[in-house]
Amino acid sequence: MNGRPIVAAMLALCFAHAHGAGDPARGAELYEARCTGCHSLDANRIGPMHRRVVGRKAGSVRDYAYSPALGKSKLTWSEANLDRWLANPEALVPGQKMGYSVPESADRADIIAYLRRETSTP
Amino acid sequence: MSKIIVAQQAPLARRNFLGQSGGVLLSATAISLMAGCETMAQSSNKSESQDVAILNTALGLEHEAINAYQLGAESGLLDKGVLDVAVKFQSDHKAHRDALIATIQKLGGKPVMEMKMGDYAKALKADTLKSQADVLALAAKLEMGAINAYLGVIPAFKSGDLAKVAGRLAADETMHWTVLSQALGRPLPNKALSFGA
Repeated sequence: MNGRPIVAAMLALCFAHAHGAGDPARGAELYEARCTGCHSLDANRIGPMHRRVVGRKAGSVRDYAYSPALGKSKLTWSEANLDRWLANPEALVPGQKMGYSVPESADRADIIAYLRRETSTP
Repeated sequence: MSKIIVAQQAPLARRNFLGQSGGVLLSATAISLMAGCETMAQSSNKSESQDVAILNTALGLEHEAINAYQLGAESGLLDKGVLDVAVKFQSDHKAHRDALIATIQKLGGKPVMEMKMGDYAKALKADTLKSQADVLALAAKLEMGAINAYLGVIPAFKSGDLAKVAGRLAADETMHWTVLSQALGRPLPNKALSFGA
């Protein structure tokens, strides 16, 4: 059996995830299931609003009470930083207040793809 | 819409007796939850400050749930029987709130404050609620969000006692979600292990 197509598909998948090319439709489902307990796109709730988060300076949403650690972080929410944040918030910004993480890289890529799509949506 | 039946509350005098503790009024739930955290509450370190941060996130969820049920109760959209259940579920969230505040304070933390009702109304788009089903659907959505949040933070707790508390809170929210879903005529989840996935 020729395994080249399988290997090529796996490499393509890894490449896609490494470069943040997730599936925004699946990301929307994941966002609904995992994030909306605390977050909304357009309102500050337990966590800050998420629309236009990609490319935004961390700790910059008006009227949201961030942890001092995140407020001082000087991070910008690039897709790479969002991936690191979702994988382990405390490792990226010690002293922050989000206890939730997304362990699977494919899930993170899909959620970030959804947030990227919503960032470009008015 | 299905009829919802709720058990009678314990007599007020008994509940007050259970809740009186050293000048601070704690719910029976708070006392029960706190009992498991006594040894852990004796010391203070970085791990505990992380746990306090997670507990404060949970407290934020409970503040929001209490206010959401209040918005529903004051909407004039709920039948008497449904209103009774909403008030019962709100009282559960108040017990959760009290337990979390007591635990955060015991660990030396500062509990997050409740926002103004108007802020919750705006964030939850309360102006879009036009029927009893709308109110129940919002409540079910928030309960599901809380379930997934509580299950999701369990691995982050440094204290096993607090992880257990998160599991117990999730169990209460799951009970709420199940009742609300049945009242809305929604089907049960198709697959096992659907919560926290």
